[in-house]
Amino acid sequence: MTTTVATAATPRKRQAATDRAVAENRLGLKLVAPAVVVMLVVTAWPMIQALYLSLYRYRLTTPNDRAFVGLRNYGTILTDSLFWHDTFNTVVIMVVSVAVELVVGFIFAMVMHRVIFARGIIRTSILIPYGIITVVSAFAWQFAFSLNNGFVNSWFAWLPGIQTGADATNWFGHHWPAMFAIIVSEIWKTTPFMSLLLLAGLSQVSEDMIEASQVDGATWWQRLWKVILPNMRAAIMVAVLFRALDAFRIFDNIYVMTRGAQNTESSSFLTYRQVIEQFQLGLGSALSVLLFLTVLLLAFGIVKLFRVDLARARGEA
Amino acid sequence: MRRPRRGRGLAVLTAAALASTALAACSSASGSKPEIIWYTNPDNGGQAALAKACSTSQYTITTQILPQDATQQRVQLARRLNAHDSSIDLMSLDPAYTAELANAGYLAPIPTALQTLLKLQSFKGAVAASSWDGKLAVAPFWSNTQVLWYHKSVAQKAGLDMTQPVTWAQIIDAAAKTGTKVAVQANKYEGYVVLINALVMGAGGDIASDLTKGVDAKIDIDSPAGRAAAGVIQKLAHSSAAPPDLSIAQEGQSESTFASPSGGFLTNWTYIYSAHSKAMGKDLGYARYPETVAGKVSRPPYGGIGIGVSKYSKHVSQDMAAVKCLTSPTSQGKYAVAEGNMPASAAGYAYPPLRKVYPADLLTLFQQSVDQAGPRPTTPYWSDISGALQSTWHPPASVNQGTPAKSASFISDVLHGRSLL
Repeated sequence: MTTTVATAATPRKRQAATDRAVAENRLGLKLVAPAVVVMLVVTAWPMIQALYLSLYRYRLTTPNDRAFVGLRNYGTILTDSLFWHDTFNTVVIMVVSVAVELVVGFIFAMVMHRVIFARGIIRTSILIPYGIITVVSAFAWQFAFSLNNGFVNSWFAWLPGIQTGADATNWFGHHWPAMFAIIVSEIWKTTPFMSLLLLAGLSQVSEDMIEASQVDGATWWQRLWKVILPNMRAAIMVAVLFRALDAFRIFDNIYVMTRGAQNTESSSFLTYRQVIEQFQLGLGSALSVLLFLTVLLLAFGIVKLFRVDLARARGEA
Repeated sequence: MRRPRRGRGLAVLTAAALASTALAACSSASGSKPEIIWYTNPDNGGQAALAKACSTSQYTITTQILPQDATQQRVQLARRLNAHDSSIDLMSLDPAYTAELANAGYLAPIPTALQTLLKLQSFKGAVAASSWDGKLAVAPFWSNTQVLWYHKSVAQKAGLDMTQPVTWAQIIDAAAKTGTKVAVQANKYEGYVVLINALVMGAGGDIASDLTKGVDAKIDIDSPAGRAAAGVIQKLAHSSAAPPDLSIAQEGQSESTFASPSGGFLTNWTYIYSAHSKAMGKDLGYARYPETVAGKVSRPPYGGIGIGVSKYSKHVSQDMAAVKCLTSPTSQGKYAVAEGNMPASAAGYAYPPLRKVYPADLLTLFQQSVDQAGPRPTTPYWSDISGALQSTWHPPASVNQGTPAKSASFISDVLHGRSLL
């Protein structure tokens, strides 16, 4: 992520290629060839195979029943209420967690940026949750919200609707409380990542500009909205893009905390169940193709929304 | 930020895969005496002890433990067998997915002589649950069944004559009258389908028939028997006899309810006796599984394990000899004493030490129940049917007279790929 990336991506007029340049170019191609082949084998091939399988009725354990069904799997999925329900869940988790993370992550980034004393310790402690494996953090939060040995019920018993003892609040017994627990664990785990990306953007904002606006009489609030945030747009886009795509593919927390019970399944979890547990290679592949297309669409949408040139953003962030 | 990590993960995976291939090559090459690897469901060491006892100078049997959850066992075995994994020789298989693995061609056919022997020695229910396409797919190893466990004091207080067969309606009313609970398994899992199947079969019906037709099997749950089963669940769920955790109760939770002060009645597997006979003493009563419809004999649930041989094993004939030893009546008797899981054959019940551990009338009840059990339909699509039933019959409080019809059409949609499960 240096400026070289940006210059390489910027179109420019080519000088007449010398023999040396041609030779270097050829060597370069030879050097990357093995990597390209490996990438094709491990990513492109499975993707093409998924596309192919999605056109079949195919179950791992009834191979004789395999038949070409065209786009019927897609039709089944797109007209199924379970698919739309799970997509809705995924969107809720994505929107809520990214929105909260953006605000909290920005506050953390400001703290990390401005703090004068104990800088190392504060930065490290903010980043710790990101260093913890998602499955481990999901278990930790499952215990925290647990009816029997969790602390959430006893700490927050003063809030209306939260109870301890015999009628203790069963967080994983109903849809929205369970979704809340999942979203909390997701936010806790990935806010540091967001703040790290925002910190990078924050350090790019020129101090001179902030001082100049201060001299001009801008209040703290005005400096934030008129100077700092507009200059961080590219960094914010990268942060939101990365996190939104990540959150849309949420799986681990749900697998550990509810296993999809109380209708808390996400799109990835549905795909996992179809392919891995039910051996529905055809339907499952169709689901994963749809998931892939949704993620592409989402990425495209976010890039359009922030109106930022990706190449420039990479150079800046 | 994420890319390099993925690359490194991949490298580690590749290295691990290479290393394990090398290790596997080493282990299979060493020694001339074959090692038969038996993948067992988790227990307290009973299967490992049998493996040791059945090892001979010709081969050694060793055990590997599968995951606790039957779904995870099925996923692991099917994926490995589909990849022709030769490091699996014997497998302890749950009846829920035996037909699926057999139909996929993962199991080595059992030789005719051994088939005949096993069919002669085993209970009818055990044979039915272990067969696919008219042949035994796995060797019946142990057979479990459920009986009605009750507190004698509660039955007496309610004035229920337990020497005669009782119905579900009777025990629900008796529990409601005495302020106690009827504990069953009704979480969204296979155990709940075991209950539904027993209720439907007890009313003289079945969930599905014509099973060899695969996805075109006849779905029969939308029938008077299906509605009678729904009626029992509906009555229990809306009665004061329903435990508060009914909708999340598995074997363990229902057992706890039964052992608590509000315990009244419980339908559960045979292991309840060894777990509670000491604490409850003379108060622990047992009777035949309750009737769905008064006057129609009940069809108790069937559970258990059969031992299958992998088609991709490198020494199938020795594996079959090992299976013969592992499922012999003596082995079954030993296993029953060690683990509380009952034999799959009458000869296994005759194992003398077993007679010392359990009262004679209880052993007779177990045997009768297994022999007249109503196994779940054996079809390669059972996981779909079971999953579709769980989706439509859970939570128990939502069950009504329209549930069987709803579940029948959903099962059919799922089987034909018209609906996601």
